[in-house]
Amino acid sequence: MLDQIILNGLMLGAIYACIAVGFSLVWGVLNVINMLHGGFIILGGYLTFFSWLHFGIHPFVSLFPVAMLLFGLGYVLQRTLINQVVSKPVLTTLTLTFGLEMILYNTMNLLFTATPRRVALDMGVLNLGDMLLPYDRVASMVLALSLTGLLFLTMRKSKIGRAIVAVRMDKDAASLMGINVPQIYAITFGIGAFMAGACGAIVAVIFPISTSLTGVFLGKAFVICVIGGLGTVPGALVGGLALGLIESITGFWFGPQNAILIGFVLMLVLLVVRPTGLLGRKGYE
Amino acid sequence: MAEDVILNAQELSKSFGGVNAVNNVSFSLSRGEIVGLIGPNGAGKTTLVNLLSGVITPDRGKIIFRGSEVTSQKPYQAARRGIARTFQIVQPFPNMTVLENVMAAVIFASGRTSDLRNARDLALEHLSFVGLAELAEQTAQTLTLPSRKRLELAKSLAMQPKVLMLDEVNAGLNAVEVEKALALIRKISEMGITILIIEHLMKVVLSLSDRILVLHHGELISQGNPLDVVNDPKVIEAYLGSKFTEKKLFIKDSLHE
Amino acid sequence: MRTNRIWPYFLLAAWILLLAASPFLANNYLMKIATYIAMFAAIAMSWNFIGGYAGYPSFATAAFVGLGSYSGAILQNAGLPMFLAWGAAAVIVVVFSASIGLIILRMKGHYFAIGSIALVDIGSHTASSWSSLTGGGEGLNVKIMQGGPELVGMIFLYTMLAIMLLAFITTVIVDRSKLGFGLRCIQQNEDAADMLGINVMLYKNIAFILSSVFCGIIGAAYASWVAYISPLDSFSILLTLKAAVMVLLGGAGTVFGPIVGSAALVIFEETIWSRFLSLHQGILGLVIVLLIFFLPNGLLKVDWSKLWAKKNG
Repeated sequence: MLDQIILNGLMLGAIYACIAVGFSLVWGVLNVINMLHGGFIILGGYLTFFSWLHFGIHPFVSLFPVAMLLFGLGYVLQRTLINQVVSKPVLTTLTLTFGLEMILYNTMNLLFTATPRRVALDMGVLNLGDMLLPYDRVASMVLALSLTGLLFLTMRKSKIGRAIVAVRMDKDAASLMGINVPQIYAITFGIGAFMAGACGAIVAVIFPISTSLTGVFLGKAFVICVIGGLGTVPGALVGGLALGLIESITGFWFGPQNAILIGFVLMLVLLVVRPTGLLGRKGYE
Repeated sequence: MAEDVILNAQELSKSFGGVNAVNNVSFSLSRGEIVGLIGPNGAGKTTLVNLLSGVITPDRGKIIFRGSEVTSQKPYQAARRGIARTFQIVQPFPNMTVLENVMAAVIFASGRTSDLRNARDLALEHLSFVGLAELAEQTAQTLTLPSRKRLELAKSLAMQPKVLMLDEVNAGLNAVEVEKALALIRKISEMGITILIIEHLMKVVLSLSDRILVLHHGELISQGNPLDVVNDPKVIEAYLGSKFTEKKLFIKDSLHE
Repeated sequence: MRTNRIWPYFLLAAWILLLAASPFLANNYLMKIATYIAMFAAIAMSWNFIGGYAGYPSFATAAFVGLGSYSGAILQNAGLPMFLAWGAAAVIVVVFSASIGLIILRMKGHYFAIGSIALVDIGSHTASSWSSLTGGGEGLNVKIMQGGPELVGMIFLYTMLAIMLLAFITTVIVDRSKLGFGLRCIQQNEDAADMLGINVMLYKNIAFILSSVFCGIIGAAYASWVAYISPLDSFSILLTLKAAVMVLLGGAGTVFGPIVGSAALVIFEETIWSRFLSLHQGILGLVIVLLIFFLPNGLLKVDWSKLWAKKNG
């Protein structure tokens, strides 16, 4: 029994990591908490669902174009609006992204309605001893981890990735070295949206999604960032896996509602004791 | 002179991530003295001032102020006790007026009044003392650098301190402004306030100080009479280079005064 | 900066009298609106202490209101007379904010904001899972007051107006006292404030507690008024966001800002509700975005004379 719980936790955790990594990047680099993140995830999920429903496109195929669309959306939003407030106080940026989120939420409700949707792929189940591994979950986990890994490699090896890391560490120094900081901000935000959209596509295969879940995903992203640390891919991975395991284990013993509750309590405790998280370095305030 | 000791630091030590910023520093300040604190960059002077004003707590050692131990005090407690300090990079309340900046010191540090109107009048007096009265209603962040330094001084005085620690008050000032600052500092000393002044301009240090403390790599390598300290081989070695020449010239100047 | 003019106070008195007269001048619907205006004014003024004066982006308001609602409802259902239940709820909320404040006020900026949001989520999830006490996700019913809709409506209108008045008086006292001055210094530069002798932790805690006490009473009164509460509605982050927006709209850290902002927003919302129900969230979002870009300091801090001169000159 326990190994099934742990396995579930890990599968969940991989997806959670993917959910959080974009959010973590934006927070760590731009010092902006993107309240739109949950909305981006759901948007990605909806677009995937409808392309499957109306055009028969397999979600794993539509994943990339959908994510690119989200990238574009994120990039434009940041370049035009959010960039104006990056150096303003926390309340201003939070309120702005909150307001934008409400517009997105309303728009999605009007276009798609809040009915829960899920892309049901009948892929069967793998039996490993006494553990059940639904293939769709396995595939999702693999995809999620691959995407996260891809992002990690991009951050490490590509020129853009290194520029982003430089801006995260010291934006003034980066600017002096010739890096166009507002451009990097926009790209980072776009990447955050990309990852959210891709994640939404993956999630749509496993859970029914609806606009009512935007807050839920956002909340999980918060918790994961605090657990794992801001602005780094390994941090989001550690945080995501940790949360997945915690929810799976406590959910089994105490019920699913309490599992979520424990996640928030843990976050609060960590905020007081070690706000930079398990892997975090210098914490942005 | 020993009975007149107002501040006593005993074996103060503080390290950050394995680096000894301040190491086993002991000294005293007597009432009414002007003591200069010098040392190369990174010697630990600002850390020492941070320790004395409660901004950080020492790893080891004690601080005794007017007979009571205050080692682990918080900044606001130090302020209320009468320990004031200025900053190298001036930190006013940017969107409040010059007058309001000083009012804060009057109300909270000196505790003379809780009434905002009384505080206003008292604050104006302090502004007049430093020559900033006409700028009273201006917003603090619009001030020029020399005016900001004066505001720092006005705030410190409004705290009615017993000990005032000046951290590089002259940074960024030209020769004329430095002279004015010196005159102001002398006036403050005449009020009976004990002054600890961190300065790298040797001319200022030598002309003001009754005594000098020298910090190097966090340790007190020399203290005493200005001329003795300045000729101490340990001190000269710590300051190798252009400072060495500078010092020789200023020693000659001060000898001729 | 601060004005010692008298006429704003007269305007406010006239406004309160207008709201108080609504049962006699208008219908039940408008009386309900007046009650909401008073309620949100008080909530906005509460947020103003911690978010406006002290400058800490707190989202905990919803947690205070929710806790007040549930405390009041549970105590009332247990037999406590209504007004006593409200008082007890206020005490419970103050104890909560005092204790949690010691922990959460050590953080700043984003971390503080998230910590305060966590409080709301924890409250909401606790209310959902502790079904034996709170009725869980199904919500909690409170005994409806006797007396018919008009009388009951009037009682709650005057209750909310009384709370609004209390909150206003408290705001004026704080604004003119060294507490208010100290909070403004903290907002400007917390470390400098500390070094000038301000006991920063104490002042922040006081502001936090002040931001909770009226919310607690309002929560309890609201529960008695609508006679039914549920976790998602009682602990709604949107509530705090609206409070913050109202204060920002009117002018943060001012005495009249929250009142102006809350009146403006409630009236605006009601007109939108009645015409564009399905666009409600989106329009509010749009208002927020426009507010951030065009009215960053709020209505009361705009130099109207300059604008007028520009228009005519």
